[in-house]
Amino acid sequence: MTGDASALHLVLSGDPELFAIVRLSLLVSLTAVLVAALIGIPFGAFLALTRFPGREAVIVVLNAMMGLPPVVVGLAIYLLLSRSGPLGPLGLLFTPQAMVIAQTVLVAPIIAALSRQTIEDLWVEYRDELAAMNIGPLGRIATLVWDARFSLVTALLAGFGRAAAEVGAIIIVGGNIQGFTRTMTTAIALETSKGDLPLAIGLGIVLISIVIIINTLAWGARRAGERYAG
Amino acid sequence: MRPPPVDLPIMLVDVTVAAGAVTVLDHVTLTIGTGDPTVLIGPNGAGKTTLLRVVMGLVPVSHGLITWSGRESLPPTRRAILFQRPAMLRRSTAGNVRYALAATGVPRAARQNRAAELLADVGLKGLDRRPARRLSGGEQQRLALARALARNPDVLFLDEPTASLDPAATKSIEDTVRAISARGVKVVMSTHDLGQAKRLGGDIVFLHRGRLVETGPTADFFAAPRSDEARRFIDGELLL
Repeated sequence: MTGDASALHLVLSGDPELFAIVRLSLLVSLTAVLVAALIGIPFGAFLALTRFPGREAVIVVLNAMMGLPPVVVGLAIYLLLSRSGPLGPLGLLFTPQAMVIAQTVLVAPIIAALSRQTIEDLWVEYRDELAAMNIGPLGRIATLVWDARFSLVTALLAGFGRAAAEVGAIIIVGGNIQGFTRTMTTAIALETSKGDLPLAIGLGIVLISIVIIINTLAWGARRAGERYAG
Repeated sequence: MRPPPVDLPIMLVDVTVAAGAVTVLDHVTLTIGTGDPTVLIGPNGAGKTTLLRVVMGLVPVSHGLITWSGRESLPPTRRAILFQRPAMLRRSTAGNVRYALAATGVPRAARQNRAAELLADVGLKGLDRRPARRLSGGEQQRLALARALARNPDVLFLDEPTASLDPAATKSIEDTVRAISARGVKVVMSTHDLGQAKRLGGDIVFLHRGRLVETGPTADFFAAPRSDEARRFIDGELLL
């Protein structure tokens, strides 16, 4: 049997181990994107609407953090969560929670930086009208985030793409433990090094398919929303 | 009867607005009280838009003093402005009006009906659900007017509300302005259209190069301008 054929067989047969791996991958990455959005969008909006000394520097650093190396983030979170680290007593190392934390750190700067740009562009357009309507600072942020929501989907997708694709951070803090912290990317890395190419290829196909499906759904939702709200 | 307007009179004493090295308004002293519409005229760059933004409270003055009913700072709760190029919120037409209603504290339950009334007033009936950014230029102008009226203002500022509109749309806006003014709302508007100034103006404020050159009742201003610049402007000369 060729590698490709058995990979396809694995995917189509609904292998329970494969299913568990896919499920955990999605759970970790989507949770990380959600948490990162709750941090990144308000922070991006705050940066977009305020002026303070050092703001430009913060923006430059934030933009640079979009390219944080996953292994370095993994190492930093590992040191924080390891038994002798400051957060060691929580016992989170080598758990899915640790993976969520690491991916949140990777994704939040992406969402914050892209949100900042999106919201600032809209702010330039809305500024006079909102001032004339006597809208306070919190109301401004709420209005801008709501009205930019379809554009912000792009920021979330960029964040999800990053989370779903990375292996460096979660393999360090998760440990790639079978049935517990093994995700698609960590499994692909492991199976490839072990020489089990069919499983690695099968997982690769599933991963890419999922990313395409999620992007398609988000794109469709964005188009539908724009048709409604202009 | 409406309760007395809380913002009036608006008094400007020696107001100067500078943007970098450019003086946009140059020692303007002016009082805006109740009554028929006040119309700002003058060539491009005379400072009409800046003056409207100053009296709305959107632009801080560099020098001089502005007071609303004696107060040096008064949030624009009873003032509204129609910008020359209004921004459309990324919402439906009715959604734009409901937003303005919410901003003035109209309870949620009342917003739907009130928005429909306001849209009917400006001739946008039936377009409630259209995304605001898909409206034509004239429709957007009228929506922005409905949004301004949603604030139930005592003073309404209009910055060239009919620039680039066709005669029918212009008439629709002018009719609305007359109706608003008749209800006791003080209208302050700028225009390029001297015919419109004569049709709507109770008094005229003539600006040139950031200075207030002449002000007076509309009939007097057009019949017997006192300044050389105003005479030349009315005669259609190009003031540089």
